[in-house]
Amino acid sequence: MSALLEVRGISKSFGGLQALQDCSLTVEDGSITALIGPNGSGKTTLFNIITGYVTPDSGTVTVAGADVTGARPDQIFARGLGRTFQLTRIFGRLTVLENMLVATQRKEGWLRSVLRPAASELEQRRAYELLDFVGLTRLASARAGTLSYGQRKLLELAYVLVADPAVILLDEPAGGVNPTLINQIRDRITELNGQGKTFLVIEHNMEFVMSLSHQVTCMHQGTPIITGPPEVVQSDHRVLDAYLGGADEEEEDDVAVG
Amino acid sequence: MPPVAAARPRLVVAGAWAAFAVLLGLFPVVFTNPTVTTIGVFTLVYMTAAVAWNSFAGYSGYVALGHAVFFGTGAYTMALVSTHWNFAAGYTMFALVPAGGVVAALMAIPFGLIALRTRRHTFVVITIAVFFVVQLLAFNLGFTQGSSGVQVPTPTWGATQYNNSFYYVTLGVLAFALAISAAIRRSRFGLQLLAIRDDEDRARGLGVKVQRVKLLSFMVSAVPVGMVGAIYAFFIGQIFPQFAFDPLFDVTVALMAFFGGLGTLSGPLLGALVLEPIQQYLTLQYSVGSVYLVIYGALFLLVILVMPRGIVPTLAERVAARRERTQAARLVGEDPGVPPVVDVGSPVGASR
Repeated sequence: MSALLEVRGISKSFGGLQALQDCSLTVEDGSITALIGPNGSGKTTLFNIITGYVTPDSGTVTVAGADVTGARPDQIFARGLGRTFQLTRIFGRLTVLENMLVATQRKEGWLRSVLRPAASELEQRRAYELLDFVGLTRLASARAGTLSYGQRKLLELAYVLVADPAVILLDEPAGGVNPTLINQIRDRITELNGQGKTFLVIEHNMEFVMSLSHQVTCMHQGTPIITGPPEVVQSDHRVLDAYLGGADEEEEDDVAVG
Repeated sequence: MPPVAAARPRLVVAGAWAAFAVLLGLFPVVFTNPTVTTIGVFTLVYMTAAVAWNSFAGYSGYVALGHAVFFGTGAYTMALVSTHWNFAAGYTMFALVPAGGVVAALMAIPFGLIALRTRRHTFVVITIAVFFVVQLLAFNLGFTQGSSGVQVPTPTWGATQYNNSFYYVTLGVLAFALAISAAIRRSRFGLQLLAIRDDEDRARGLGVKVQRVKLLSFMVSAVPVGMVGAIYAFFIGQIFPQFAFDPLFDVTVALMAFFGGLGTLSGPLLGALVLEPIQQYLTLQYSVGSVYLVIYGALFLLVILVMPRGIVPTLAERVAARRERTQAARLVGEDPGVPPVVDVGSPVGASR
């Protein structure tokens, strides 16, 4: 396997707060890599830097060997890197189908974009296929704002897939979702990974992370402290310390990784 | 939805638009009184401006209060070009109407590049600020002739024909503005604008080039406004900075769109159709220019209280809810074993 996404020496501070400090991470092609760590450890900031929403103070981000540091979110998306958000961000006043079509990538001039319909038949068919994949076909013409939280998570995953990205960054896909939907989300990720998609996932649900990932990186205070297979990371004392603030009582350890 | 049921409302909508077009076309034939046709011309000017404004603000969610810049630019384009190039005061003057639109669109580039870097309230304030800067320039620049204004050549055609020519040219520009608005609504470009309205940052993350889309939309919406500005200058015969660049123009156009329904195709049209004749009538009746503002304020409050989303979306929702209720009531009354007939109103349904 080769590295599809590489983060090298990223640092970022917001005023006096050092959010990321010399942060490096490698996501192998075709893998599912998880990013764990306590709240405030810089996971989402790293996501924001990778996807172009935040510019780093130093360091580089490369996708398939190409340097994308400082590129705009739309340029990074066009390079095959899609993401979802911790708090789902869908287009509430558009229909579910229209949400799917926003991400459709087309190379065309502005005049053609004004004169041509929102989606070709082929693009609509693709959108319906993906809605079917996440089980939302029957809601295609409903306003996206009426969906439940779990359905929004699925819609967000589906519309990112429309553009067929090579790497998908998921920010807490299982957060606030009921167990049935968590299983559904896990199955969809596994299925997509089987088709060759690469994932980088932020998640607090340890059972979800450990059952899904090939590689886990734990962050603490803006720096990765360990990277390795789930079973190794799970039992590493630095991870437990990071979650519990240096505590060494066994019952608290269980809370951290259970 | 079954195709027959879907086709029927579409046919009704198309019929309504056709009837509306015929009514507007026949208006000066039926009402020949120049006072009435003058109101007609002004109403069409505002209908066009409201439709064009909505094709940017309604779809993108960016409430701009600076479109008077484009109106004034169109007006000054007509006045200055016709004067400096010694245009004969006839129908050839209308050739400058598209030029008014083009210059307004060019004006939208620096305006948009400044204002569209900001969002929400800041954007509104910046558009107002840019508007006042431009108005100030019109007062002080040499070529705009400052507060003494610019005289536009007076048409040579007769009194009865006078208003009608302006009326039909403005009607043509309105059709153009509506066509643009409708094309945007169903296009990929329009979908991107609506996505920007709902969550601009998310749209960026899905590959939408938001700055380009917003600027283009801003420019496109400036074109019809500049065109009616040019017609206005020709119609009035003389323009001054305070009337060509009028802050009330912005408030009025935005109010019309809000009144009818922001982001809909027909809402701004309806808003202008109701509000502009009221304004003109009150101005003529009471010879006090500001009485209409009191009425506007009251109407605006009423709409905010009763139908905050505007007339068209609220009515559309009520009709849809009523249709659903009737359908539900009918299904309850039917034998559960018989599949429901969806389209009972159509000839096919009735023959069953």
